[in-house]
Amino acid sequence: MMDKLVTRRGFLKGVLGTAIGGLILHPVRALAQSARERPDHFAILADLTRCIGCRRCEAACNRANGLPPPEVPFDDKSVFEEKRRPDEKAFTVVNRYEDPKTGKPVYVKIQCMHCEEPACASACLVGALKKTPEGPVIYNEDVCIGCRYCMSACPFYIPAFEYFDPVSPRIQKCYMCYHRIRKGEVPACVAECPMGALTFGRRSELIKLARERIMKNPDRYVDHIYGEHEVGGTDWLYISGVPFEELGFPTNLPEKPLPELSKGFLSLVPIVLVSWPALFGGIYLMSRSRDRERTALTRTRTQAADTGTDKEGNDGDDGTTTSQGE
Amino acid sequence: MSLRDWLREKVFLGMTLREYARSLVTPFNLVAGLIIAVGFPFIVLRFVHGLGAVTSGSHVQPWGLFLAWGLFSGVPLSASGFVLGTAVYVFGLRRYHPVVNNAILIGFLGYFFAVVFLLIDLGRPWRIYYPVMISYGPASVLFLVGWHVFLYLSCQFLEFSPTIFGWAGAERLRRGARSLTVGLTIFGIILSTLHQSALGAMFLLMPGKVHPLWWSPYLPIFFLTSAIAAGISMVIVVSALVHRFFPGERNPRWTEQLGELTLGMGKAVALTLFTYFGLKLVGVAHGNHWGLLGTSPWGWWFLTELLGFVLLPCLLLVLALKRGSVSLVRLGALWTILGTIINRFNVSLITFNWNLPHRELFEWKEAMIILTVVVIEILVYRWIILRMPVVPEHPAYREGEGEGEGEAHHD
Repeated sequence: MMDKLVTRRGFLKGVLGTAIGGLILHPVRALAQSARERPDHFAILADLTRCIGCRRCEAACNRANGLPPPEVPFDDKSVFEEKRRPDEKAFTVVNRYEDPKTGKPVYVKIQCMHCEEPACASACLVGALKKTPEGPVIYNEDVCIGCRYCMSACPFYIPAFEYFDPVSPRIQKCYMCYHRIRKGEVPACVAECPMGALTFGRRSELIKLARERIMKNPDRYVDHIYGEHEVGGTDWLYISGVPFEELGFPTNLPEKPLPELSKGFLSLVPIVLVSWPALFGGIYLMSRSRDRERTALTRTRTQAADTGTDKEGNDGDDGTTTSQGE
Repeated sequence: MSLRDWLREKVFLGMTLREYARSLVTPFNLVAGLIIAVGFPFIVLRFVHGLGAVTSGSHVQPWGLFLAWGLFSGVPLSASGFVLGTAVYVFGLRRYHPVVNNAILIGFLGYFFAVVFLLIDLGRPWRIYYPVMISYGPASVLFLVGWHVFLYLSCQFLEFSPTIFGWAGAERLRRGARSLTVGLTIFGIILSTLHQSALGAMFLLMPGKVHPLWWSPYLPIFFLTSAIAAGISMVIVVSALVHRFFPGERNPRWTEQLGELTLGMGKAVALTLFTYFGLKLVGVAHGNHWGLLGTSPWGWWFLTELLGFVLLPCLLLVLALKRGSVSLVRLGALWTILGTIINRFNVSLITFNWNLPHRELFEWKEAMIILTVVVIEILVYRWIILRMPVVPEHPAYREGEGEGEGEAHHD
């Protein structure tokens, strides 16, 4: 019994403590990580000049994540007729574009970019989405309430939602095969790629590798590593022979991590919490003492009226007349 | 008093059950009943087949009408309680005491139904308390909104509770609740300034998605300022509707008093709108977006909102005040409400993903569900004001309650 009481009190304390701490102190701390303190995450470099559009990565992803069988088989090339996007049944898709100079096809694999400072995770009000120290941005469906703010926040339009599940709809996206990475394996899509278009490794190493390839073959590549700086950096990096804006990549993104944009607002929150009670409490006290003076004045006048003339203590201002009865 | 008498007096408006049932058969109620009968099955559909069955929500456009209307528009329109509460209880503008209860009720119901819309829109609504009890994401602006809606809903319920206790005849409880008013009002100011602006801050994360004319680092202050104008406007318009449609509340002195209060509140709305207009200009200047104004449909649409739904109602109100025209102030207030809704729709729905080629904003089934919930909200509001002392029953409604001392009975 005693134990139970203590636990309950402990629980209440915990809730209150977290609430107050969360409301006042936490936001600033949570966003204080700077680029330099970041661990060197795992990352994947995609070399679009090597991709042949075989879609084996899609098939491998499907198997590794136990996703439902696809409507169109993975060796069917007709899917390239239209641009697809990842959804709750396919965490990655390959789209075909055309090189405007040569007319040759260019294939682009898309999936979650695993941002260094993910907007989705900073948007999640229950902490269901998290950036792991290893690099993948993972999702915990046990706490997700289905608000879909992560989807609104993602600059790459990645998180998908199970709109037709009324009971336990989930957010679905690529987890960089977190379960495999923790076992020391590489993500399924990387393992499967027959062309060596995908390379898995430490982010800093991959950036060096990408630079090297661009330097050695300046005619083959455009001089840009997509994901090195976009929205503060992503753990999927791309190099390509065709400018990225031709390949459906968002190119209007800031170099600043998106969560920084709401940092200023969040840091105002504790200021308001602490200073408003004093400010408005003070205003209340001032207006009350003014009222008291008025009431006292009215009373004196009423008394004067009672003893002297028959004039009412009514000064005509509708804001004050009725308080005389107090 | 027997339960039967109590029910008869408090619930059936002094009629017998049969008389009361007969009195419910009115054209308004028939239309309302019809709308609910048509709309309710769609709410059921949403819970049986999922959100996809009634909304056009997609992986790129996850938010639709439920949030644009219920949350992003519903919450600013419900700023009424906090603005009038502050004016009366903190600034001591007792003149507005006759409308403060109504303002708090409008606010409370607005938040309550915002939560109703959230319950319809959330993927797993039964977990709505998770951010408060189970799992925290304190770096999220929505975490702050969630906490605040929860706290403010409780706060407004307590603020309104003296009226409920007064209705139920629990005098001691009423006085007890009444003594909390100032504290609750100040708590309400903290919560309201933060979450009204936080609704705008939610979009700070999406500079590439909201059109640059609407996206601004000043979104939080835009949302807060326009919410103040919208909240006061709601009090003006709803008080006018109550006065028009509930003859029980009408008498010459109250008509005159409400007219004066309306003019006073109109002044506040005009000033707030003017400030808001200035802030919006600062927003355009800050982003240096002048070039976008006349060059695309988006630019024209922005100008329509800014000139037609911010500056115009502001000027209309100034004109109305010059002429001392109460009905013109009411029109200006209605215009302001419309403008606020248009603004919230623009930010959260219409310009959201403006750069994508194909978008579906919403489906008619969503609109049907919205209409249904709004009708229910109106019926709940009417049920309360017909029974509880929300709108003063007679102009001698005492104003001496500000201190919780020298209480005046109004029944």
